[in-house]
Amino acid sequence: MSRLLVCPPDYFRIDYEINPWMRRSNVVAPEEAVRQWHRLMEVLEKEVGVVLERMKPVPGLPDLVFTANAGVVAGRKAVPSRFRYPERQREEAHFEGWFREHGYEIVTLDEGLYFEGAGDLLGFPDGWFGGYRQRSDIRAFPILSELFGKEILPVELIDSRFYHLDTCFCPLSGGELLYYPAAFDRYGRAAIAERIPADRRLAVPEREALKFACNAVCAGKHVVLPAGCPDTMLLLESRGYRPHPVPLDEFMKSGGSAKCLTLALD
Amino acid sequence: MAIAQETVILHGHIIDSLILAKVLDTILMMGGTFDLEEVVIGKTRHEPSRAKILVQASSTDLLAEILRAVQPHGASIERELDCRWEAAPADGVFPDEFYATSHLPTQVRLQGRWIDVERIEMDLGIVVNADKTAARAVPMGDVRRGESVVTGRTGIRVIPLQRPQERDVFSFMESQVSAERPHGHIVADVARRTDLLREGHRNGKPDSKVLLAGGPAIIHAGGRDALAWLIDSGFVHVLFCGNALAAHDMEADLYGTSLGYGLSAGRAVPHGHEHHLRTINRIRAIGSIQAAVESGVIKEGIMAACVKRGVQVVMAGTIRDDGPLPGVITDSVAAQAAMRAAIPGVGLALLVASTLHAVATGNLLPARIPTVCVDVNPAVPTKLADRGSFQAVGLVMDAASFLRDVARELGWKG
Repeated sequence: MSRLLVCPPDYFRIDYEINPWMRRSNVVAPEEAVRQWHRLMEVLEKEVGVVLERMKPVPGLPDLVFTANAGVVAGRKAVPSRFRYPERQREEAHFEGWFREHGYEIVTLDEGLYFEGAGDLLGFPDGWFGGYRQRSDIRAFPILSELFGKEILPVELIDSRFYHLDTCFCPLSGGELLYYPAAFDRYGRAAIAERIPADRRLAVPEREALKFACNAVCAGKHVVLPAGCPDTMLLLESRGYRPHPVPLDEFMKSGGSAKCLTLALD
Repeated sequence: MAIAQETVILHGHIIDSLILAKVLDTILMMGGTFDLEEVVIGKTRHEPSRAKILVQASSTDLLAEILRAVQPHGASIERELDCRWEAAPADGVFPDEFYATSHLPTQVRLQGRWIDVERIEMDLGIVVNADKTAARAVPMGDVRRGESVVTGRTGIRVIPLQRPQERDVFSFMESQVSAERPHGHIVADVARRTDLLREGHRNGKPDSKVLLAGGPAIIHAGGRDALAWLIDSGFVHVLFCGNALAAHDMEADLYGTSLGYGLSAGRAVPHGHEHHLRTINRIRAIGSIQAAVESGVIKEGIMAACVKRGVQVVMAGTIRDDGPLPGVITDSVAAQAAMRAAIPGVGLALLVASTLHAVATGNLLPARIPTVCVDVNPAVPTKLADRGSFQAVGLVMDAASFLRDVARELGWKG
């Protein structure tokens, strides 16, 4: 059974602007955000059947809710993130603390070597992809590759709206890839095509990519994705997946959705 | 070299991700060039690869721009160290770990700065000056005890040759040697270069001298008139030869023979085998080739043209020489030093019909100097090409035909 790390949105709000989605003037409705988050948790636990590990929210750290950026976990090893922006660097100690308290072996990257966790490192059992340029530094990947014994193919993120790999790239359990090709340059698209055959690449239309259709959580045949992405749902259904749309627009004000709100622990 | 360069390292899964391709494309698209100095490809999917890339640009500004552009893709500047050196233990002896030079442009890093090695030549050592601000290539025999000689391999970089701007036979860096290749275009290109260099030499442009190293086959085969014309017309500025070329050239002037064979009739002349000895003896009696020409004893030919045109001549002797002629340097180390001293300023080298002088001259030439090696024996141009002189063109061709064809291209009516 999959386990996911989540963090309740008690202090979620927009205090700063570090991606094109964030506007301080676009105020979060706190009650609605809490309602949406709990609905997501309900779907994950009851409909998908995953186990949730809840960490304690911290006042003044509004983005702690986006646990995908806590770090990356494989087996008993955890590499906590090194955030590019000082606004989120204050989260590092809390994520690291959680990993430590839960018995993970902590491996830290050098200071200044930016790496934003599972937000920028995703893949399939035999090989991972690392998104770089917007947030993570490409030089982190050879270190992580050696640490985890996995191939990591770096792919450049060329559109600042898709600033983490998990905003435009979602590997599915059956080996398919849900993705938005225009978020990558021709080298990245060619590298992806080299590893994932055409019949397994599911390209999301721009309209839905901008609703973060790719920021989905896949567990077995279940895919939890933001509401308002009918074409993506049809694509998923055509491959035998069961899509679970959840309204998450309060979190989109901050540039995050279903996947950003979770971290796969195993 | 007027170009800026820096070595960067790319590490990780750079092949299948096309990151290496992207970095190389970026360098080219921005107007730089690169040399892949080392690529180690991971043996399995999990194993990372590594590439060492020498990035070159026409200016330091462009280089900085390129480095800024490739840095986000992981291309980081290689950590650099100064070169190491040790004192020479004795006169004429390098330290054990001395760095042996190639004939390619070379730089050493001294006090954080990359310095060009002066007078680069293959198979020498590098001596650093006392205040560590300059470096020069030095033959083993010339090093003095206590001089700082560069050792090891750190802080030394060899700069690959740039393709010349001229669109001719040299710009293709082709070094295949074949008797079957058509010669016409090569001869025409050599003539064009020679003509340009004469123009440059007249206008005082640097590196515009033409060096010819030749053997006596030039005389035997009938190339004497063409070469004398080339010298007299100001196309050749330095001549390397041995005792024989000079002796047979003057024998032809005094007796009309070359090693006893009548040059016009082509038959052995009675007592002709003595002619070159009598020639040498005559010149020895006069005291020098210059005096023989100036006094009117030697009137025409290659040596006469050299004296009249003030061409610098270095004659290097061998153990089979008769005489030798006055001016022939019989100490081979001294001869090598005299040839070396005549290299600066040379912009084209023609090595014609002489294994000994062609190879000796080839060894002294920096790789950037375009070189043509002409010999009927393919082994000679092959030997030079094998040394990796990118800009050495080999021609399997008779010496006289080559000289005549070049001279005709340049206006000779013979």
